[in-house]
Amino acid sequence: MNLEWMAWTPVTAGFFITIISIIVAMTVWEVLSPSDFRRGLLPISTTRGDRLFIGILINAYITIGWIGLTEWNLLFALPVYICVIASALRFG
Amino acid sequence: MEKWQDNRAWFLVLPVFVIVAFSAIIPLLTVINYSVQDIFGPGQRVFVGAEWFKEVLGDKRLHAALWRQFLFSGLVLLIEIPLGIIIALTMPKKGWGASASLVTLALPLLIPWNVIGTIWIIFTRPDIGLFGATINKLGMSFDHTASSLDAWVTLMLMEVWHWTPLVALLAYAGLRAIPEAYYQAAKVDGASSWSVFRHIQLPKMRGVLTIAVLLRFMDSFLIYAEPFVLTGGGPGNSTTFLSIYLVKIAVGQFDLGPAAAFSLIYFLIILLFSWLFYQALQNAGKGEG
Repeated sequence: MNLEWMAWTPVTAGFFITIISIIVAMTVWEVLSPSDFRRGLLPISTTRGDRLFIGILINAYITIGWIGLTEWNLLFALPVYICVIASALRFG
Repeated sequence: MEKWQDNRAWFLVLPVFVIVAFSAIIPLLTVINYSVQDIFGPGQRVFVGAEWFKEVLGDKRLHAALWRQFLFSGLVLLIEIPLGIIIALTMPKKGWGASASLVTLALPLLIPWNVIGTIWIIFTRPDIGLFGATINKLGMSFDHTASSLDAWVTLMLMEVWHWTPLVALLAYAGLRAIPEAYYQAAKVDGASSWSVFRHIQLPKMRGVLTIAVLLRFMDSFLIYAEPFVLTGGGPGNSTTFLSIYLVKIAVGQFDLGPAAAFSLIYFLIILLFSWLFYQALQNAGKGEG
């Protein structure tokens, strides 16, 4: 199958593999230990999947801010991303 | 006793997932791939990292188009949602009047979007258009090709005329689904019309209004065909919305990398606001007794 038209790069492939791995891992976790609605720091009741979505969305906006407002390398944002996802899942 | 759940029903979702994968997910993956590369042609590309995002985020014309877009979508929601509810409340409940209202309301929704623009160009022309010529005859100068304010007024009128019926039809469906017993109970309690609306009709319409707000926000935020046909983004750039500007970059200048980066930021804005609206409407009134 020729995927040349999709213009893949190792960086974007790695990005998607990470996202898909997270979704698969969350699905397995959900099947093994189903989550219920819970209210944490956020003003809404959320499931584990909701909190993951919120974490990823916040990270997307952090990326936009990081690129738009700073000159720093995006790799330095990686620990921030992990902290945001972990905090959203744990405390959200 | 624990209720047994058959999760095999999820397999029924598979065809939809396959269709969505081909129509949305694969194109989205391609856009993300394009956004980090300089595309010269088939097979000719260079990885540039986040450069296009930096360029797009610093683009003053994009900032202006974004604020214009927020203003447009905000006005659309502020006008169309209350107006749609009012129309639905005043529509006949049964008989030939109900059928006639529904058909009349649905008419603007059946017209192709680019035709809508053409209709309104003619309707608002200052020389021969019924609306434009009448306004000018009344002594007020009106020309949507020359004045930014007139262009916005025309666009808003067109948008409200085109899409308020959708909100009204959804609200009407929500109203018709309320059991008569609720109204009888309210009557026994001596509730006023406002109380009936505030405590029965509005909460019962929450589901359809969520759909209406989401549809109208997403659609107005993505609007392209009608303003493109009506004003072409002018006069000047006064009605250049995000999609019109995006098409200029992608098709006019063939800058696929910046256009892809722009599309992703555009997508994230819509995703965030749709989610916020959804949460706000789903949680509205939950604390009430």
